[in-house]
Amino acid sequence: MKEKEMEKKSYERPVIKPLNSGLMNKFGTRTEYTPVTHIDGVSVKSLIEEYGSPLFVFSERKIRENIRDAKRIFETRYPKVQFAWSYKTNYLNAICRTFHQEGSWAEVVSIFEYHKAVSNGVPPEKILFNGPDKTDEDLRISVKNDSLIHIDHLDELYRLIEIAGEMHKKPRVAIRVNMDTGVYPIWDRFGFNYENGQAWDAINKIMAGDKLNLIGLHCHIGTYMLTPSAYGIAASKMADLALGIKRRYKKNISYIDIGGGFASKNTLKGSYQLGTDAVPDISEYAEQIAGSLLNAGFDTDELPYLYLETGRALIDDAGFLLGTVISNKRLSDGRRSTIMDFGVNILFTAFWYDHKVSPAQEFSRFTEDTVLYGPLCMNIDVIRENVTLPPLNAGDHVVVHFVGAYNITQSMQFIALRPNVVMIDLKGESHIIRKAETMDDVERNERIPAHLENFKL
Amino acid sequence: MVKIKKNIAVSDTGFLFNPMTGDSFSVNPIGQEIIRAFQEEKGEEEILEEILEAYRVDRSTAEKDLLDFKKMLAHYKLID
Repeated sequence: MKEKEMEKKSYERPVIKPLNSGLMNKFGTRTEYTPVTHIDGVSVKSLIEEYGSPLFVFSERKIRENIRDAKRIFETRYPKVQFAWSYKTNYLNAICRTFHQEGSWAEVVSIFEYHKAVSNGVPPEKILFNGPDKTDEDLRISVKNDSLIHIDHLDELYRLIEIAGEMHKKPRVAIRVNMDTGVYPIWDRFGFNYENGQAWDAINKIMAGDKLNLIGLHCHIGTYMLTPSAYGIAASKMADLALGIKRRYKKNISYIDIGGGFASKNTLKGSYQLGTDAVPDISEYAEQIAGSLLNAGFDTDELPYLYLETGRALIDDAGFLLGTVISNKRLSDGRRSTIMDFGVNILFTAFWYDHKVSPAQEFSRFTEDTVLYGPLCMNIDVIRENVTLPPLNAGDHVVVHFVGAYNITQSMQFIALRPNVVMIDLKGESHIIRKAETMDDVERNERIPAHLENFKL
Repeated sequence: MVKIKKNIAVSDTGFLFNPMTGDSFSVNPIGQEIIRAFQEEKGEEEILEEILEAYRVDRSTAEKDLLDFKKMLAHYKLID
């Protein structure tokens, strides 16, 4: 009986697809029929068997490659470079510690992230504390620990001056500066504006009071920036401020923090080209930044350190989401829709990227235009509005690419609980780095008032 | 009984042409077999048995897919 089964041909769903010559359809021409059966040598099938589906998988090898490449690219162009890992991009401790092992400091934007960095073992004086919401208590902790406080607004500046006075300590600070870099809209909601003089107002206030030690200048000009020259302009304006401070107050600025915002290889929705074709290489950003700083006019022995808070570009392609087909359905207009077991609750970035989706098993060259839906009973749950895929059957697996940035930190237990997250180490061993959620995790903090405890139906 | 419109031609490479409308389609090998079987006026149950005999597939999957394929032939106006 078994032998007879083996003699049979392998099955593929019957497919008929109209041929529209000379007519470009909205599904485009690219077809994802190269199967991705393994991640770092570990089979997708075995990962799903062991840890369930859906499943986030991170490649430690890729993370280390990315940060080492980025360091090499910057260090070969500029002599003093320090990376700080952006906790909000992905704050799983195993991920953060991988970056810390590679020499990255921590960049945090809340006291929650701050404590995470401290408990990961980052020396507090190597934590950059950004963001508009630092309470008095947060500031006191940072002052006590000698962390680098990046001041976002005047209210924070005045409060910090008071706190420094109370504590008889001179905190090390930077101000965040926003500016016109030729890319619009300008990110002017954070920090002090360069063009209208706010930045100088803040600098003058700090220097006049002598309560704070202004050692850095910080900017973060945007997110998913596709124009490297904008970083050149930003670095020039920051250098101009630093040299201005030197002229006016005889004080050397010891670092310029250029923030993050480098694009990853994801494809933005509505983009004509694929991300892998359209996105600049990190070396193009580095060339601009290093060029501007080196040519700004600093004395060689007074060149400021270059701090970088690169997040997305270092982690996006190290993260994969494995999933399974729940069902196929024919829509009223004849399009095929495929329902996956992962939705926008855990793949938040599906709202702004056309994520690359690969089948995880071999297929023939026949494909179908497909809408990929998530499992949530909500109309917003769409993974890809249109993608050309081989016929997938219920139970088949897929691999979603470039999911390492922001999905872990922005995912939620909307409708369904969040799945396991594993990391594949350099030897090809897999480790759980966050366990799948349970009911208890979600309900632990809920309380039921006595009068609502019982009911009868 | 599913009746494929007459004059519909399917080549061995899976190119299907409808001379009445000028529409052309690409059909994968199992789809071609099903269309030929319909042209030979075989019944759905008979076709299903042939698929189960020839391919490694369970009955419910083959049945669901055959139903869907039939819907698509109707959608593209290839059956009477």
